[in-house]
Amino acid sequence: MSSSIKIPATPELHYLLRLSDTCLILGQRLGEWCGHAPILEEDIALSNMALDLIGQSRALLTLAGQRSGEGYDEDQLAFLRDEIDYRNPTLAELPRGDFAFTVLRNVILSTWLKLMWERLHDSSDAELAAIAGKALKEARYHQQHAADWAVRLGDGTDESRRRCEAALATLWLYTPELFEDDAVDAAATAAGLGPAWSQLREPWLAEISEILGEATLAIPGEAAFRSSGKRGLHSEHMGYLLVEMQYLQRSYPGGAW
Amino acid sequence: MYTQAMDTLRDEGGDKPALRTAEEAQLQQRFDNRIDAGDFIEAKDWMPENYRKTLLRQISQHAHSEIVGMLPEGNWITRAPTLKRKSILLAKVQDEGGHGLYLYAAAETLGTSRDQMLDALHTGKAKYSSIFNYPTLTWADVGAIGWLVDGAAIMNQVPICRCSFAPYARAMVRICREESFHQRQGFDSLLVMVKQGTDAQRAMVQEAVNRWWWPCLMMFGPPDDQSPNSAQGMRWGIKRVSNDTLRQKFVDAAVQQAEVLGVTFPDPDLRWNEESQHWDYGAIDWSEFWRVVGGDGPCNRERLAARVKAWEDGEWVREAALAHARKSDLKEAA
Repeated sequence: MSSSIKIPATPELHYLLRLSDTCLILGQRLGEWCGHAPILEEDIALSNMALDLIGQSRALLTLAGQRSGEGYDEDQLAFLRDEIDYRNPTLAELPRGDFAFTVLRNVILSTWLKLMWERLHDSSDAELAAIAGKALKEARYHQQHAADWAVRLGDGTDESRRRCEAALATLWLYTPELFEDDAVDAAATAAGLGPAWSQLREPWLAEISEILGEATLAIPGEAAFRSSGKRGLHSEHMGYLLVEMQYLQRSYPGGAW
Repeated sequence: MYTQAMDTLRDEGGDKPALRTAEEAQLQQRFDNRIDAGDFIEAKDWMPENYRKTLLRQISQHAHSEIVGMLPEGNWITRAPTLKRKSILLAKVQDEGGHGLYLYAAAETLGTSRDQMLDALHTGKAKYSSIFNYPTLTWADVGAIGWLVDGAAIMNQVPICRCSFAPYARAMVRICREESFHQRQGFDSLLVMVKQGTDAQRAMVQEAVNRWWWPCLMMFGPPDDQSPNSAQGMRWGIKRVSNDTLRQKFVDAAVQQAEVLGVTFPDPDLRWNEESQHWDYGAIDWSEFWRVVGGDGPCNRERLAARVKAWEDGEWVREAALAHARKSDLKEAA
């Protein structure tokens, strides 16, 4: 099983994949910190969050495989999908950067995921609602952990502040993608599957403003740039990430692991 | 994971400090009696200075081994072949970080801070288990480490659960439980590859086993007749079982497990000895062991450089956390 699988272009499937891939790709990035964090407690915390995110992605990919009508399992979807069929917003795939970059990306995405899981808990799809119920507890902890560090770093030393500002300036460019709707969102809301991503914007901004306020960090202005990972058009970083992640499955066709 | 026998390290001078007062002599006598009675020593109890030093060295080096040991396997987190294996590996490496934490905490009860211990690691004064100076070249190495390296570690560590120093013994009880789990996971991952996988995967497993076998036997430390410090460790109840006894126990168990896996060990002299009821094994290349312990293994420089880089790259983070804590304290005081 080393050649790529084809993904049916149904809005429901894309809605699930956008979320599963956000969890998987962010988990992949957080896993890179293992053994390299600033203190041992953070090696453990970041690995633990990666583990939660991979777990969430597994549940979602399994569900997506069932809904695809193709009988794909979680590993076929994770390891045999081509880059253009990956649907995470670009923000999740950006290289891990320094610790400020990782922390602030976690603030942005854990808040977004928490709000998403809260809403998906009421999904018309009972399985998705059940996944959301478990994931919500994890996302709350992730948000708290990231927010605590954002405050320490934003209101720490001149250097930590400078690094936070630089990280935020880059990260912020990729946040509009988290709140733009298209036909996938329209179909999901019509079916009661989950919220349109735009519905998360207001509560997200309120929570982010509070966290960044406590961290004494200013919210950057909006730029004209728009990322497009959730439509399959990723940054240059994504190809390298997938090559690394998928290499064993691609190199050992028919293998059992 | 662990650590290698403390016997590779310099002699701490044993139990023979010049006792200056009658009170000290009495304390020493009471300590000796407790050790003889098999009692545990707690951090606040009086203990001979050399006992403290020896334990501090052993526990901190064990802690260092855990965190350096995160690197060779952590190397494969981003490349794990399935999401299940990725999750298992993340959890395992995270456990190792946790073991490092308990062990640093246990060592801190002896009066040295974690930062001081890390400084000793980063400056090359403290050692860590040299098994982690070997590279993980294929995915099968992850399974082989779980099966063989963790298997050897368990043989070494189970007796430490009865170590006379109670904080170390308590930490080891939990660590051993987790290590047993890791070993089973490692074995299981190899079993799936050899029983359900392809010829290419079977070859990958055998090749990894070939590379890890001898370094694993070295993990138990030099032969008993070349372990000058063992007697003192035994006397103090820090070491309970000799290097060669543990090594033999490991070989006997591993041979049976290898049969289940259908892999062989790279030792033409490995054969059952009817008389001793044990598996005989060939001569270990101790020159390789001493070369790796001495800093010239395949990955010594990379491993230490990775730890130092993580520490140096994180300095601004630790400073910021302290600066923020000071600001918060001032605000609370105001």
